Amino acid sequence: MSGLLAPLTAAEWTIIQLSLEVALVATLASLPFGIAVAYLLSRKRFPGLWLVDALIHLPLVLPPVVTGYALLVIFGRKGAVGQTLESCCGLVFAFRWSGAALAAAVMAFPLLVRAIRLSFDAIDLRLEEASATLGASPFWRFITVTLPLAWPGILGGTIIGFAKALGEFGATITFVASIPGETETLPLAIYAQTQIPGGEAVALRLTLIAVVIAFAAIAASQLLRDYTKRGHALP
Amino acid sequence: MKLDVDITIRRGAHPIAVRFALEATVAGLHGPSGAGKTTTLQVIAGLLRPDAGHVYLGKRTLTDVATKVFVPAHRRRIGYVFQEGRLFPHFSVAGNLNYGRRFSPTPLDDTQRDAVIDLLGIGHLLKRWPLTLSGGEKQRVAIGRALIAGPQLLLLDEPLASLDEGRKDEMLPFLRRLCQESGVPIVYVSHDRRELDAIGAVVVPLTPAAHM
Repeated sequence: MSGLLAPLTAAEWTIIQLSLEVALVATLASLPFGIAVAYLLSRKRFPGLWLVDALIHLPLVLPPVVTGYALLVIFGRKGAVGQTLESCCGLVFAFRWSGAALAAAVMAFPLLVRAIRLSFDAIDLRLEEASATLGASPFWRFITVTLPLAWPGILGGTIIGFAKALGEFGATITFVASIPGETETLPLAIYAQTQIPGGEAVALRLTLIAVVIAFAAIAASQLLRDYTKRGHALP
Repeated sequence: MKLDVDITIRRGAHPIAVRFALEATVAGLHGPSGAGKTTTLQVIAGLLRPDAGHVYLGKRTLTDVATKVFVPAHRRRIGYVFQEGRLFPHFSVAGNLNYGRRFSPTPLDDTQRDAVIDLLGIGHLLKRWPLTLSGGEKQRVAIGRALIAGPQLLLLDEPLASLDEGRKDEMLPFLRRLCQESGVPIVYVSHDRRELDAIGAVVVPLTPAAHM
């Protein structure tokens, strides 16, 4: 058991740091889009809405390997979007940490959108009407009424998205492979360790780390919520 | 200021047709439920579009279906006190009261705001949250919130409906003072004739007979 509690090695630190970075970037970068899409799905009615809804939820129901392969086809160096992004902005996803973040974001997106959408659905539209009669334009209604009232759902969606991004495996390994220091996140490293003789000890250590991070994320969200809820009448 | 309303609007199965013009400082729209009182207020405020007709306020055309004019609610500067108050749960009472000031081109200044707070007797509530207020307190804060934005016209939709009898009697003096002292033209909707008489409103009947 002494191996279990030994200080973290440099290689393990790299994995943890990379995992946190990938999950954080994936979550924060997709959050504005998530809020926008959730708002669209909650409030707007237009033909083709079901298609948007279906496309977003696709990664939730497809095998992750399929999503990863689709990302490779689209965002790979020879993919339509991947090629354009590389030539115009020097942005490369294939076999880079940014690709791992993209895969994590795509996989986490449906969960993020779902949670935020539910909180938009729950808002009393009559409060937005009241805001309008007080002179607030649609933009300011959104900023001063809709967004703050949806805050618990946005926070919840962010945490769920972060957790999903942190645990993403199938799409990531298919899209960007498992390159130590570049794309090898916690789940990929754990899987790799279980595949080599004598790797169980390291795998167990990494598993415990994953559990600690998950707990920390949930605790942080609780604290944040309690803090913003003080005195308020938020649900 | 003259308010000229001539609208038809379909709500559910029955089309509602309402037509009146008034110049009173305090006008009371009176009629049984289903006569279209709330619908009329919502059309005046810009929360609903009529199917036909117009709403003029002074020289402004707020809605005219024939010429396709529709001023959105947030540009009308018409205060609306809803039956259920509709205070923002995520702002304190003070936050609710000040809400409209940052958007209005003609908000009340600090002195005028304090006068409104005095008039409504809500000075001791400023730090409270809406959830902790009684029904009457909520309605007074809602009236204050609408007034402090500096509206050109104030609409009151059955402000006493959600209160029990005792609370109603408590509220009436505030409403009477509001009507006499605010200097803002008021359209007050109620199914209760005594209420309108108590605040000294010029009564405009809205009856099913006025329907087309």
